[in-house]
Amino acid sequence: MRLLVVAGPPSAGKTAVVKQVIRHLGGEMQPAYLKIDVVRAFEDEEIAREFGIPTKKVYSGDLCPDHAGIMIMREAMEWAGREGADLLIVESAGLCLRCSPYVTQSLGIVVLSAISGTHAPLKMGPMIALADMAVVTRTDLVSQAEKEVFRERIREVAPEIEIVETNAVQGTGLRYLFRRVAGTPAIGDPDRVVLRGVPPLGVCTVCVGKKEIGWQHHFGVVRRLEGTDLFFRGE
Amino acid sequence: MDHQATEITLLPGSDKNGETEHFDQIVIRPGETLAIVGPTGSGKSALINDIEVFAQKDTVTGRTVLVNGRAPPEEYVRDPAKKPVALITQNTKCLADLQVQEFLEMHLRSRKIEEEGVVEETIALANEFTGEKITPGARMTSLSGGQTRSLMVADAILISNTPVIILDEVENAGIFKDRVIEVLRTYQKAVVFVTHDPLVALLCDRRVVMRNGTVVRVIEATGVELEALEQVRAVDGFLCMLREEIRAGKIITGDLHHLSPPGEVNAA
Ligand SMILES: Nc1nc2c(ncn2[C@@H]2O[C@H](COP(=O)(O)OP(=O)(O)OP(=O)(O)O)[C@@H](O)[C@H]2O)c(=O)[nH]1
Ligand SMILES: [Zn+2]
Ligand SMILES: [Zn+2]
Repeated sequence: MRLLVVAGPPSAGKTAVVKQVIRHLGGEMQPAYLKIDVVRAFEDEEIAREFGIPTKKVYSGDLCPDHAGIMIMREAMEWAGREGADLLIVESAGLCLRCSPYVTQSLGIVVLSAISGTHAPLKMGPMIALADMAVVTRTDLVSQAEKEVFRERIREVAPEIEIVETNAVQGTGLRYLFRRVAGTPAIGDPDRVVLRGVPPLGVCTVCVGKKEIGWQHHFGVVRRLEGTDLFFRGE
Repeated sequence: MDHQATEITLLPGSDKNGETEHFDQIVIRPGETLAIVGPTGSGKSALINDIEVFAQKDTVTGRTVLVNGRAPPEEYVRDPAKKPVALITQNTKCLADLQVQEFLEMHLRSRKIEEEGVVEETIALANEFTGEKITPGARMTSLSGGQTRSLMVADAILISNTPVIILDEVENAGIFKDRVIEVLRTYQKAVVFVTHDPLVALLCDRRVVMRNGTVVRVIEATGVELEALEQVRAVDGFLCMLREEIRAGKIITGDLHHLSPPGEVNAA
């Protein structure tokens, strides 16, 4: 089974890209689709209805969707295997922007909207830097020069990344993405699938539920207003 | 690649019923202009899309686009610096946060162009196309539709420097279309206009007529429309002058003959 991990900011066009992949490769491969979202998602039902493939969703709630994805990735592969899939597509809502959901032995795709502003790629760090490929959507709404400037911004974050530009609704220009998906090797050893990048520095006591404000009330890795140094408080 | 010698060939696809389109091939050569006309929803956007992505029977229309008579190499499609086509969209949803100057500098950097003065030159050329002056410090997002489009055309000529330029409905933006066409001709660009504007359509060397998603006719400018063109030019010049008077806050009364003296053609 091949694994495709699709991430990107809200409304970037992730589902539109996923649908194109299913539409074009669904004949050669048997896809299964998992959507990881925060509180509500309908894409799984929509895709099941449109393509008749196994789909599933999971809500991350208080957790960053990318973290939630990592927790359940193992089970997701087992589920897709039981469903007879040979391509598992995981779409993550990716919101915290400090981490990234990509794992080894998979193809990692970040979806970005060309109209999201020139600074957007610079704010997305690991979500772009650790991906194999960037799919830029809504290029139907911008002119040539704008595409090139946006591309330059992506390259500032990830100089080597493969970039594909598309109108994701129509699927133009995606032949290079399909080729890449088709050429992705199947997962060799599921036990050895690991995260590509290190997750952000631990958690703090805010993350585990303390409500007090001020670093004095917390322990773990903390920070003060003045100076950018992080320091450790506690045992 | 000799940018200036690029020739684009469009081969027919098929309509919704699987019938082949009514043309053998449409070739766009340097210095030539092509208009695409037809009602809304007739497939004009899909056609320019096919050209922009160099369709290889892999779009909904089933068309094929060749560059210099051959299937384009992958780098033409994927590397913007090598791509011979620049599309200027109707939408002017520009990238936020940048000033005109920063935007152009970043574009130059992405193209690895180090010549001096290109930014100033591009803004100056853009200002030939629009009545509202663009300044280097203006925010991209604060530009009007006409200003953005003028800037994108100037950029396509001087920075992208592509041999083929596609302009999607340039007329609605308040931009001097005669001047744009004239400049594009001097730079030996092959230009494709998607247009509803009679003047733009008649000024082009050829006119592709679209209906129901397919090309139904290609009309060559053989000279039979020349007389009509002169009249349209006069009417267009008249309307442009009138627009300027209205914009200037004048009251429009009586005989308007002073706006277009007989025999003299006003460039828009
Ligand atoms: N014009 C245009 N619209 C697009 C493009 N890609 C996506 N859209 C539209 O943008 C909207 C959002 O696209 P989705 O694919 O749902 O985005 P998403 O990233 O999956 O969104 P979430 O999962 O809700 O975060 C939809 O209405 C799409 O039809 C594109 O390339 N061009
Ligand atoms: Zn996270
Ligand atoms: Zn925390």
